[in-house]
Amino acid sequence: MPRLNENEVEDVRKVNEIKYDFVTNVKPAYQTEKGLNRKVVEEISAEKKEPEWMRNIRLKALEIFLSKPVPTWGPDLSELNFDELTYYIKPEDRKANSWEEVPKEIKETFDKLGVPEMERKYLSGTVAQLQSEGVYSRLKKQWEDKGVIFMDMDSAVQRYPDIVREHFGKIVPPSDNKFAALNTAVWSGGSFLYVPRGVHLDLPVQAYFRMNGALEGQFERTLIIAEPGASVHYIEGCTAPTYSQYSLHAAIVEVYVKEGAKVRYTSVQNWSDNIINGPTKRAWVEENARMEWVQGSLGSKITMTYPSSILRGEYASTSNLNVALAIGPVWKDNGAKVVHAAPNTSSKVVAKSISGKGGMSVYRGQLRINSGAYNSKASVQCDALILDDVSKSNTYPHNEVLEQSAAFSHEASVGKISEEQVDYLMSRGIREEDARSLIVLGFLDDVLKEIPLEYSIEFNKLIKLEMGKYGAVG
Amino acid sequence: MSSDILEIKNLNVSVGQKEILKGVSMTVRSGEIHALMGPNGTGKSTLAQTVMGNPKYKVTGGEILLNGKNLLELQIYERAREGLFVAFQEPVSVQGLRFINYLRTAYTSLHPNERLEYKKFVDEVKELLAYFGLDDSFIDRGLNDGLSGGEKKRMEALQMLILKPKFIILDEIDSGLDVDALRVVSRAISRARDNGAGVIIITHYQRILEHIKPDYVHVLIGGKIAESGGGELAKIIEERGYEYYKGGEIDAKVE
Repeated sequence: MPRLNENEVEDVRKVNEIKYDFVTNVKPAYQTEKGLNRKVVEEISAEKKEPEWMRNIRLKALEIFLSKPVPTWGPDLSELNFDELTYYIKPEDRKANSWEEVPKEIKETFDKLGVPEMERKYLSGTVAQLQSEGVYSRLKKQWEDKGVIFMDMDSAVQRYPDIVREHFGKIVPPSDNKFAALNTAVWSGGSFLYVPRGVHLDLPVQAYFRMNGALEGQFERTLIIAEPGASVHYIEGCTAPTYSQYSLHAAIVEVYVKEGAKVRYTSVQNWSDNIINGPTKRAWVEENARMEWVQGSLGSKITMTYPSSILRGEYASTSNLNVALAIGPVWKDNGAKVVHAAPNTSSKVVAKSISGKGGMSVYRGQLRINSGAYNSKASVQCDALILDDVSKSNTYPHNEVLEQSAAFSHEASVGKISEEQVDYLMSRGIREEDARSLIVLGFLDDVLKEIPLEYSIEFNKLIKLEMGKYGAVG
Repeated sequence: MSSDILEIKNLNVSVGQKEILKGVSMTVRSGEIHALMGPNGTGKSTLAQTVMGNPKYKVTGGEILLNGKNLLELQIYERAREGLFVAFQEPVSVQGLRFINYLRTAYTSLHPNERLEYKKFVDEVKELLAYFGLDDSFIDRGLNDGLSGGEKKRMEALQMLILKPKFIILDEIDSGLDVDALRVVSRAISRARDNGAGVIIITHYQRILEHIKPDYVHVLIGGKIAESGGGELAKIIEERGYEYYKGGEIDAKVE
């Protein structure tokens, strides 16, 4: 990403002054009844005028969903009642390709999030989704001319059925986990990104996901295909207003990184603290290709996310950088999965978490080096910073190295802010709360510098806000 | 030349149950260099830590005034904002906190009314790094992270210059410095003094005082000033040794 100049930084700063906690007053064009059954799934498919094959995929996934238990190995999900959720809410009947066409109330929502401004200045393309449906998508013409496709997933099913059918549900089958089955049954929206052979997008494309109500489900489906030698940076940003009742967000992301291609997937979720967030994200990485996951997890009540890279071709590589804030009564269950399935593959996982005010942060990782993946290299580093005595951090690494010639390292640390550090910074005129945020930001530095500037500014702001509340600790 | 005044009056300090300083008085004015000498464990570092406000050191009596303002009522960062700077013997490190970000935050905290031009500031820091024989990479390194003892001392001296304090206390800045580093740090101290700062050099040895001539020398023995005099006292101490002040020593090492 090119560096921003000072004026641009100021723009970004303004954009980030936005409060996420507002509700869009928009009457749905259509929504399904509460609860989930065959009828609801058929209705969603009919409403979307989908081809038969997609309808069948949904119905099969529904059966799998109903047969799988709710996972109990992680955070407490007992609050989740699948019968009281609304699975499909369509805010508007048509999709827009320019902001002028977007209905006023919906446009205001994305104006408040600063989306049009960001698009104009920093992005190659944008997809915006409110509740279940994409309401806006646009790709700059220069990329369209080169054959890049970027649109909401429902439109892609209609317009590019062959490409979608070939790739959909192959990397994350519905049998993968309960949330994946659920998503496959009721998915709606999400983005479809196709980058043809050898095309390099110099600016990122970004998708914005916005939830709006309580007891809502958002199940977007994202499919990214980078053909051989292509490269792209995809960013997703997620927000929602606060309600006293929860909402569920369970996305699926499938990424094809073909021979010699490179994909960076940056995800910054700032869900409000009533959201249960359980996306499944996975990439297939072919020969000489590279997949980079960058995740910032700021909000939500419960997050369970473990982006995965399957290194299928020789010299494939991946990195997974993860920052999680678990401040308040929240549970962040983050991690990474990497499978080395070919020789000379390499991977690097760095996970950093901060827990405070009773927050729980978990690193849950899985790393496997298959027998025959000669000379593969893997490193896992997870560092936790705990801000007080009522907060926790746990690490559950699961490492299987089945190849003798592979090199693997795992490092983990758990620390607290030392009072000597705070005193030293104060002795140079820095207030206590500022000293604490500097120390926390320092702890996060090696991951934060990989996050797009507008989001790292957001991180900075949030951490300063949180540390301000810690002023009196000591 | 400014005319600020730092007054330490009859200071008594304890750590835990142990009394370490037993009535220390010193007055330092702008542009003066004072050397506070004494053997290990007589309370020299205690004085530096107490003036800065380290909560481990309890003041049981006396006053510390900067231009008449009682520093003992102020928090650490407020003392710094009054113009106090202590170069620590063993500065802590903060991983990932880039030196330049830290330094900029410190500068704007200390000089809130100045409009800081970032590029100029960075250039000035680079120039000073070169002055201390350090390369530009130190700008982006984590604060004191992975630095050698000598490098840390030079970085403390650099901050002393750039942050423009009114009073500087250097706690054994000379320990762990080779001859060349000692020379450049001494020059930096003179420069700070020429800019109007009042300086207290805390040292065990007379070595640094060969490079920088103090206006006053105080000998701290057993938590009390045993003798004060002009610059020539340093030489005399060197010749006769601290044993001359026998009987006054206490063990003020703090764990």
